[in-house]
Formats: sequence, C-alpha cells, structure tokens
Amino acid sequence: MKEKTRMSRRIVSVLAAFALVVAVAAWVVFTGGSFGGAEPDAQADSRAAGQTAITPRPRTLTVFAAASLIEAFTDLGAQFEAAHEGVNVQFNFAGSQRLRAQLEQGARSDVFASANVREMAAAVAVGIVAADAPVAFARNRLVVIFPADNPGGIRALGDLARPGLKLDVADPSVPVGQYTLSMFDKMGRDPAYGETFRAGALANVVSREENVKAVVTKVALGEADAGVVYVSDVTPQAAPHLGTVEIPDRFNQIATYPVAVVRRPAEPDLGRQFVAFILSEAGQQTLAAHGLIPVDGQ
Amino acid sequence: MTRIAARRDGPRVTLRPASLWALAAPLLALLLLPLVALLLRTPPGTLTLALHEPGTRQAIALSLGTSLLTVLLALVCGTPLAYLLARRRPAGVALLEVLVDLPTVLPPAVAGLALLMAFGRRGVLGGLLASVGIEVAFTTAAVVMAQTFVAIPYYVKSAAVGLAGVSHELEQAAALDGASPWQIFRYVVAPLARRGIAGGLALCWARALGEFGATIIFAGNFPGRTQTMPLAIYLGFEIDLGQALTLAAIMLAVSFTVLLVIRAALRPQPTEG
Repeated sequence: MKEKTRMSRRIVSVLAAFALVVAVAAWVVFTGGSFGGAEPDAQADSRAAGQTAITPRPRTLTVFAAASLIEAFTDLGAQFEAAHEGVNVQFNFAGSQRLRAQLEQGARSDVFASANVREMAAAVAVGIVAADAPVAFARNRLVVIFPADNPGGIRALGDLARPGLKLDVADPSVPVGQYTLSMFDKMGRDPAYGETFRAGALANVVSREENVKAVVTKVALGEADAGVVYVSDVTPQAAPHLGTVEIPDRFNQIATYPVAVVRRPAEPDLGRQFVAFILSEAGQQTLAAHGLIPVDGQ
Repeated sequence: MTRIAARRDGPRVTLRPASLWALAAPLLALLLLPLVALLLRTPPGTLTLALHEPGTRQAIALSLGTSLLTVLLALVCGTPLAYLLARRRPAGVALLEVLVDLPTVLPPAVAGLALLMAFGRRGVLGGLLASVGIEVAFTTAAVVMAQTFVAIPYYVKSAAVGLAGVSHELEQAAALDGASPWQIFRYVVAPLARRGIAGGLALCWARALGEFGATIIFAGNFPGRTQTMPLAIYLGFEIDLGQALTLAAIMLAVSFTVLLVIRAALRPQPTEG
C-alpha cells in the first residue's frame, strides 16, 4: 500500500515535471508570438493568402551557408522571397566543413556557400558540386574581438600572447580557425612579434569552437578575454558587447567565399537565380552592408 | 525476486513468443543495424593506429576520467539525496523530485547554457568565484559539472527506487541490535538496494560518457582539457569521416565492455535473498 502511494507519487511528479515543461514551452511560444510578432505574422498571412490566390505551387529553395553568413544571407533570402512570389528560402547555417560533410552524406540542398575555397574544393572532389560551378561572391577579413569591458586589457595584437589571457578561437577544422592559425604563423615569422608571440598566443587558447558564432558569443559573454573572428561577425547586435583590434593586411587572412548550385538540385532555376542575385549589384550591396567585402567583376 | 519466480512457475504469459519477437524485431534491427554499420564502415587497421594517436588517447583518458568522477560524485552526494527522497519524504518532496527529474527532459544545450549563466565568469555564482580566482568555464572541472548535471538524475532516481524497496522494519531491527546509522546503511540498506544503486551508477556513467551538448557550450573544446570522446567524434566527422568512425568504434567498444562488466557484477548471486 505504502509502495503504491510512493509509486503513484512518483508518477505524479514525473507528470508534473512534464506538465511544467510543456507549460513553460507554451508560454515561451505564446509570448514570443505576441512580442513584436504581430507584424511579421500579418505579413506571413498575407503572403500565404497571396500564394493560394496567385501561385499554384509554393516552392522552397534550400541554401546551405557558412555560419559567418547568417545575417547577410538571411537578409538576401528575405529580399529574394520578396522578389519571387511563392518562393520560400530555407537556410541551413553551420560551419562550412559541417555543411560539406552533411552534403557528402546525402543532405539535400540547392545552393552551397562556403567560407573558404577548401571546403568548396572538397565538395567538388566528391562530386557534390560540378567543377565549373563555384563562383567567388565575397571576401572577409579577420579581426580580434574582446568583451566591451575588456577584462584582459587588450590594446594591441601583442597582448594576445600575454600569459594567462583566455583566448577563444574556432577549431582548425573550421575555415576561420584555419585562417586564425595562418595569422599566428605569419605574425610568428615577423620580427616584431616572433615565435614567442605565436607560441604564447597558442598556449592561451582555452577552447576551439565548432563555428565562428560560438566564438563571438563566448567573448561577448565575457567568458573569454579575446577571440578571433571575421569582421562581418561584429554585427550591430554583437557590437555593443565587443571591442575590436584591427589586424594589419600583412597578417590578415582574406577569406574568399565561393558559392555554387549543387549537382542535381531540386530547384535548379531558383538556385541559379539566387546565385545571380548574390552576384548582382543589389546582392553585393547587401553583403557589404553586413561587413563582407564585395567581389568585383565576377 | 519472489515475484519474478512466481511468474516463471505459472504459465501467465499467454502471448506467443513468436509474435512477441516479430513485434520486437524492427526495434532490435533499429538498435543493432547502425552499430553494425558503424563497425563495417570503420576503415580496417585504423583502430590500432588511432589508439597510438596521442589525441585519441587524450580524449579516451579524459572521457573515462571525467565520467568516473561524475559517478563518484553520484555515489557520494547522490546516495544521500536518494535516501532522503526514498525515506524521509521531506516537505516539498514533489518539487524536489521534479527538480531531480528536470535535467532528463531538458536538452543538453539548455543545461550548458544554464551552467554558463550560473558558473561562467559573469555568471550568478561564477562572478563570485572569479573574484577569488576560481574560474570553471573551459576547465576539466566544467566537463565534470556538465556531466553531473545531465547524468546524476539517472542515478538518484534508480537508487531511490532501490532504497525505497528496503523494509523500514529491517533498519529498526538493526538499530535495536545496536548498529550505528552508518553500519545500518553499510550492512543492511546498501546491500539490499544493491541493484538499484549499481544499476543507477551504470546509467549515470553511460549518460556522462555520452555527454556532448552541455560540455561544448559550458566547457568548450580543447584537446586534453575539455575535448571528450563525443566532442572529438563530432569534430572528427567534419575533418575526416574515417577518423570519426574509428573514434566512434572505440567508444562503442569501451561502452559495451563497461556495461557488460556491470551486468556481470549485478547478476544475482546464490547468497542473495
């Protein structure tokens, strides 16, 4: 009998936990919907209405894009949707190496935008992308970031090697992590910094993040004293929480972003149109507005 | 024990085993096939090669070390909690049980964020700790904390069920015979609750060993310090599939062996009542 009540109490507590979680989730969903959600909802409604009235078949364009492109591509996607009735652009943002691995394992996408040439070349090598498909559409630069209140006292690049500093970078498997390592190598070969700088900076690395946005978040949170990210990652939302140190051109790694329509896409026309839109003047302006460096004459 | 024996004696199961197997087969296939596929796709000969790799050894050692620490924490701090939940039924026990259950429903990413907000350098408690020079984020301690957060409920719940099954009269009888509270626990309660405790430890260990989401958010990823096997496998997947498969196969073998050993240790002995 005692056992039974205990058992039923346990069941009740499990149910209570479940109910609590569901209640919290529902609350988040509903308040999330009501906070500033009215306008987009109305837009979505009118768009949905437009779809049923004008276009018979809603189409979805799937784009796999590097994590550093989140802001720029979300903006481009919205513009593309506005210009193409009934088209929905679905993004998958992650580290380029992860996207390439996902595509390699059979993930379906129409467009692949990588933060470096290497992952695109790897995609070509395994036949996901045709050899002549990739086009460079943007470039990016590295920058050193630190929390706004600067707990590590970062004033110049040389401070990155100061013993005890907590430096957060991207994993070497991520393009930006590779660029960061190359930057340290270049600085190590420069007499102004030298090998001690390179070794000191590498010894200060506390974590190797899986994508560039994790570096931004952990530095903005103040968990790390400094980090190395792309200039475009210092977004208007992140900027108030961050300070930056410019990296001179002779050390800076200029990242080249290639984009391509993948082989056998579900939406070949839309894919080609989206790539053309990225390369168009309007597209390039949008990229520039998000801190990326446009390419000329491509 | 007696209930199981009774069931064995009487022909109570009326469903035919064949139909039971037929229904269970898809599930078994779902469990078994991916593991077999993993081993089949692991490049032959790379296993021993990978084991000589310092990075792999570091990840294995870190995973085993941190998960064993988590299990130890479970035993030392989780057992008293389980006993309180099973016996004392403190006021607000339902809420306490919900609190203990919560990490099992939360996504590990939420656990990682919560830990960071609490123990990060700018966290609620982390700020205080940082002011006295203790910083836990990005350290091996953070790995253990993340594992403990997500894994300890499995131990506490299982141990509590085991402890609740020990008759209170037995404890009173031992007390009448002059046994100290510790002796009562050590020689009466713990042996009788052995299965619940050991089973809980196994579950807790398994969950800790597989911990990924909370670790990468709260502890970060650095070889030898915070890069456990799951993190090494996740990142390995992006660099080199073969390397990831090899690490996964090693993890599978380690987990399989430990679970088998625990199972063997748990087998009811003839001396057991």
